[in-house]
Amino acid sequence: MTGVGPGQGGADPLIEVAGLSVHHGQLQALHEVSLAVPAGDVHAMIGANGAGKSTLLRTIAGLHQPTAGSVRLDGKDITGLRPERRVAAGIALVPEGRRLFPSLSVEENLQVGASSKRTGQWNLEAIYDLFDWMRDRRHQRAAQLSGGEQQAVAIGRALASNPRVLLLDELSLGLAPVVVRRIYATLPQLAASGMTILLVEQDVSQALAVASQVHCLLEGRITLAGPPAALTGAQIEAAYFGIGAGSNGNGARDGKPTGAGSPEVDQPPGVRT
Amino acid sequence: MSWVNAVIQGVLLGGLYALFACGLSLMFGVMKVINLAHGDLAVVAAYIALGVIAITHLPAVWSFVVVVPVFAAVGYVMQRTLLQSALNRGVLTTLLVTFGLSVVIENALQQFLSANSKSINIGSLVSDSFSIGSQITIAYLDLVILAVAVVVLLGLQYFLSSSRSGRMIRAVADDQEAAQLSGIDYRHMFGIAAAIAFGTVALAGIAYGMYTQFDPTTGSAALLLYAFEAVVIGGLGSLWGTLAGGILLGVAQQIGAQYHAADQVLAGQVLFLVILVLRPQGITSRRELA
Repeated sequence: MTGVGPGQGGADPLIEVAGLSVHHGQLQALHEVSLAVPAGDVHAMIGANGAGKSTLLRTIAGLHQPTAGSVRLDGKDITGLRPERRVAAGIALVPEGRRLFPSLSVEENLQVGASSKRTGQWNLEAIYDLFDWMRDRRHQRAAQLSGGEQQAVAIGRALASNPRVLLLDELSLGLAPVVVRRIYATLPQLAASGMTILLVEQDVSQALAVASQVHCLLEGRITLAGPPAALTGAQIEAAYFGIGAGSNGNGARDGKPTGAGSPEVDQPPGVRT
Repeated sequence: MSWVNAVIQGVLLGGLYALFACGLSLMFGVMKVINLAHGDLAVVAAYIALGVIAITHLPAVWSFVVVVPVFAAVGYVMQRTLLQSALNRGVLTTLLVTFGLSVVIENALQQFLSANSKSINIGSLVSDSFSIGSQITIAYLDLVILAVAVVVLLGLQYFLSSSRSGRMIRAVADDQEAAQLSGIDYRHMFGIAAAIAFGTVALAGIAYGMYTQFDPTTGSAALLLYAFEAVVIGGLGSLWGTLAGGILLGVAQQIGAQYHAADQVLAGQVLFLVILVLRPQGITSRRELA
């Protein structure tokens, strides 16, 4: 197990998973995954399609129940808590594919995001200040927005719950590179406000650029973890595809179709060797 | 002139059908539950109204003040228990469960309250009317029922579009999981939607009991069918479509009755079939709620 153990790096972890195993029916998606993110840190989870990244975030958000292991928020065990109660406790997930409420307006989407009534700096005004185009178009239906705009609203909707931990699932999926850069440019502002961020990303260069710690998942196991500066391209490549570990790299890339930033055959996207 | 009268009577009757249909439409729109016991619930409400009137000596027209809140509470509890556990096993299970509920209700009513027809006696109010010209007579009761239907639909529309709970109900209808991720307990919102649906069906059942006679089989033999037809004609999930569907159904039935009294129900069903074939999404094609 190469996951970052609790307590490593000094600060107490705000969000911590220990020995987490998750099954989808017969298939085991996660094998005893452990990781901890200290308060205010940005951690990234990389890995190929089907590696279990989204399953991990969804389990932390409460949408999957683990078959073993635990999820802790600020030391409190929240493994049995329903998703909506976790939002109230301060965990917000921006789900893969954005999942806005298509028949609701932009503003209504944000208002629904504030359903948990958690208070903090992220009111509607603050969100409109972060994404300045949104104010003028707040009465438009979410379904009428472009993919990048929808992603921004999805982030805004999560921020509206004033989370302590923000989970971001594949922000770049299906978006043009220029749009992805614009979305990622907002993350430092969020981190600066003290928010703890765990993001899942297929685009490795994007993940390395924003994270203080990177975890690589392969077939449901963490195969590599460390600060981006300490990891070489070859190490990441090996961990991403399981080359040299006797594992079949193709097995990790089955399943869903790939959007922008999909893994190439020879190397993880964005890794320059 | 008698045709004009048929259309007017149809519009008036349509209000009642819309009142029946809006709860069915709401439950399908929000939780994808097709409530096959919807008509039977209306009949139960009418029977309970009879009981309330007998016990409290409340004026018959005010019986809804007691029955509607009770039904709304029953709707919330039933959604959180029976219907939710059916939903957890899959949407099709709810079809079986509500069908079973319909059978149980009907047989229980026959067992304990006999198969005799009843009606809610509101005295002369049932026949009080005014005339326009020599051919058109409008009953006050019909007019009041139409007005109640419009007010209920307006209120429901306003609730869904402008209130915090209404917004949360629409969010849950759009995407249950994303609603959970926004901190909404969707089961509670389902309960609220069911409470509204049960409340409106109780109102419709009482109105029907004042309008005409009912017996334990009225619910599944007539009311459920009319509600379904109104919803399909109008378009699923649209409240205004439901009103339009109810009115079109009422007009078709009255025009059919104008030809021959036995053709009343048939004419409504012909319209229903024509809409299903030509415009299966209904005359209003908006897919979202409200």
